[in-house]
Amino acid sequence: MTNSLHNQADVAAHRLDVSLQQHNFPALDVRMHCSAGELLALVGPSGSGKTTVLRSIAGLHTIDSGFVKCASKTWLDTKNKVNIAVQRRRIGMVFQHYALFPHKTALENVALAIRAKSTKEKRLLAASWLERTNMTGMENRQPRELSGGQRQRVALARALAGNPSVLLLDEPFSAVDQQTRRKLYRELAKLRAGLEIPMILVTHDVLEVQQLADSLCLIHKGQTLQQGTVHDVITKPNSKNIAKLLGHQNLFTATVASLHPNLSVFKLSETGYLNGPVVNLPKGATVTLLIAPSAISFVVSDLTESNPPNLLKGTVRDAVSMGDEWSITVHLDAITKSLRFRVPIHTVSLEQMRPGNPISVNVRLSGIYVIDESGNAVID
Amino acid sequence: MNSLSLSPFIVSFKLAFWTTLILLPVGMWIGRWLAYTRCSAKPWIESLVLLPLVLPPTVIGYYLLTVFSPDSITGQWAMQLFGQPLVFTFQGLVVASIIVNIPFVVQPMQLAYGSMPIEIREAAWVSGLSPIETWWHVELPQVWPGILASATLVFSHTLGEFGVVLLVGGNIEGITRTVSIAIYDHVQAFEMQAAGWFSLSLVVFSMAALLIVRLSAHNAVASKKHR
Repeated sequence: MTNSLHNQADVAAHRLDVSLQQHNFPALDVRMHCSAGELLALVGPSGSGKTTVLRSIAGLHTIDSGFVKCASKTWLDTKNKVNIAVQRRRIGMVFQHYALFPHKTALENVALAIRAKSTKEKRLLAASWLERTNMTGMENRQPRELSGGQRQRVALARALAGNPSVLLLDEPFSAVDQQTRRKLYRELAKLRAGLEIPMILVTHDVLEVQQLADSLCLIHKGQTLQQGTVHDVITKPNSKNIAKLLGHQNLFTATVASLHPNLSVFKLSETGYLNGPVVNLPKGATVTLLIAPSAISFVVSDLTESNPPNLLKGTVRDAVSMGDEWSITVHLDAITKSLRFRVPIHTVSLEQMRPGNPISVNVRLSGIYVIDESGNAVID
Repeated sequence: MNSLSLSPFIVSFKLAFWTTLILLPVGMWIGRWLAYTRCSAKPWIESLVLLPLVLPPTVIGYYLLTVFSPDSITGQWAMQLFGQPLVFTFQGLVVASIIVNIPFVVQPMQLAYGSMPIEIREAAWVSGLSPIETWWHVELPQVWPGILASATLVFSHTLGEFGVVLLVGGNIEGITRTVSIAIYDHVQAFEMQAAGWFSLSLVVFSMAALLIVRLSAHNAVASKKHR
C-alpha cells in the first residue's frame, strides 16, 4: 500500500467502514472496509450489487439498514437516523460513462467540483488537476470533442479536485479500448500513489484487480463473500463458489485419504490420488482441491512408466494456440472432469496435442490449495 | 367597430404572455417530477395532464363555466380570491388558458428531462452542488431547448385558442376578444378582408413559432449525437 500518512492511527482515522443491508431488490448484505491509501477492488459478476454498494456509500441510494463511516465521520447510520446529504459527504466519484457535464469545457467540469474558492483559484486548481491527469492543452474542449480515454481523465480530475474523503470508481475502464485501458491503468497507478484516502474500484475484471488493487472484496448476489489482499483472495478462496467466481477452473472434489508429516494424500476417485499440502482435517473429510494452472507441467506419455508422485493421466480434449502458449484441456482418466493449463508452445509438438491423444501431467504439490467444505481455509 | 383594430392583438398577446409566464415554471416542475418519479400513480397523472389535448375545447369550457359559476363553491372561492366572478373576465381567461395549455409545457419538459442521463445530475451532487446549483449549472442548460419549445408552443397555442376562450371569456371588446374570436366575428359579418389579415398574422406567427421549436429540437439532437 502506498501512502504517506504518518502512522497507523492516521490510517485508521481515514478508514472507510461499510455495512449495508437491504431486503428488497437488489437484496444486499455487505460488510467491507478500506483504509486510507488503500485501493479496494469490489469484484463480482454483473447484477451482484457492486454499483448499488458504491451508490449507497455516495448517498445516491437509500438503504434499509446499515452504516457508512469515513474519516471518523458517520455518513449513514440507520439505527440512529443519521443520513448525511450526498453533497456533504465529500465524494470523488468516476461514473461508468463518466457523466461529464456536456455543455461545459474540461476545465469548467473540473472547476465546478471545487468549492469555497474564488473563480480564479478554482480555474487554477482545475488546470493543475487536468495537468496531473495528462490533459494539459485540452482544457477548453467540450466532452464531445474528447476521446473516451480523455473523458475518463477529465472525470478522474473532477473526482479528485474537490479534495474528497473517498474515491469511488464505478467500472471506469469498461468503455475504453484495450490499448487506452492499459495507459489509464498506468496513469491511475501513478496518481493513486499520492492519494491518502480510501479508494474503491468496482470491476468484474480480475486482471484489472491484479494490476491496480491492494485488496479485493468479492460480492455475489448482494453478499460479501470474502475480503483480503488481492493475492490471498485469488490464491486462497474460502469456498468453491468463490473460486469459481474468481475464474478458477481446476476445481476437484476429493476426500482426505491419508495424512503424513510433509503432505496429505487426497482421493479423487477409486483409482485417482493426488498429493497435496498438509491439512488439519480428519481422514475422510471432503474438500475441494484448487490446482493453479502454473503448477501443472506436461509429461510426455512414453516417459511416464516410472510414475512420478503427482501424476494425472488423461486424453487431450482440445489444445488452442494462444500467442506463444498452448491452452490445453485434458480429460482425466481417474475422474470425469477436465483439467486446464497452459504450456509454452515450443515445449510440445502439434502432433502431441491432437484431440484424443493420451497425455500425462504432473501437479506440483505447492500449487494445490485445499478448500474445506465448511469454507475455512485449512492450508498450513 | 374598426375592422383592423389592434385591440384583439393586445388581448391575445397579453393572454399569451401571462399564460406562458405562469405556466412555464409550474409545467417545468411537473414535467421534471414526471420524468424522474417512480410513483405508481404516474400513468394517472400523465393521463390527467394530457387530457386537455384530446378533449374538445367546448367540453373544457363547459366544465370551467360550471366551476367558475358564482353559484358553485369553487366559484365563490374564486370570487373571494379575485374580488369578482371569473366568468367573462380576463383573469378567468388566463386561468382557462393555463388549464388548456398544461400538456404543451409538461410534455416537452418531461421529454427534455427524460433525455438527460440521471448520472449527470448525480455527478453534480457528488461534486458538492446543491439541488438549486445543480438545476442552475447543469439541468437548465441541458433542458433549455425543452423550455424554448414549451414557451413557444404555449404562446402560439394561446394566440390560436378559440373554443375555451369563447365559452369562458365571451366576446368583450378590449377584455376577452382575442384574435381568433375577432376572425370569427369578421367572417360572421362577411368582412373577409379583415378576417384575412387577422388570419394571415396568426399563420405567420404560428409558422415562426413552430420553426423555432423544430430548429431548437434539431440542434439539440445534433449536439447530443456528438457527445
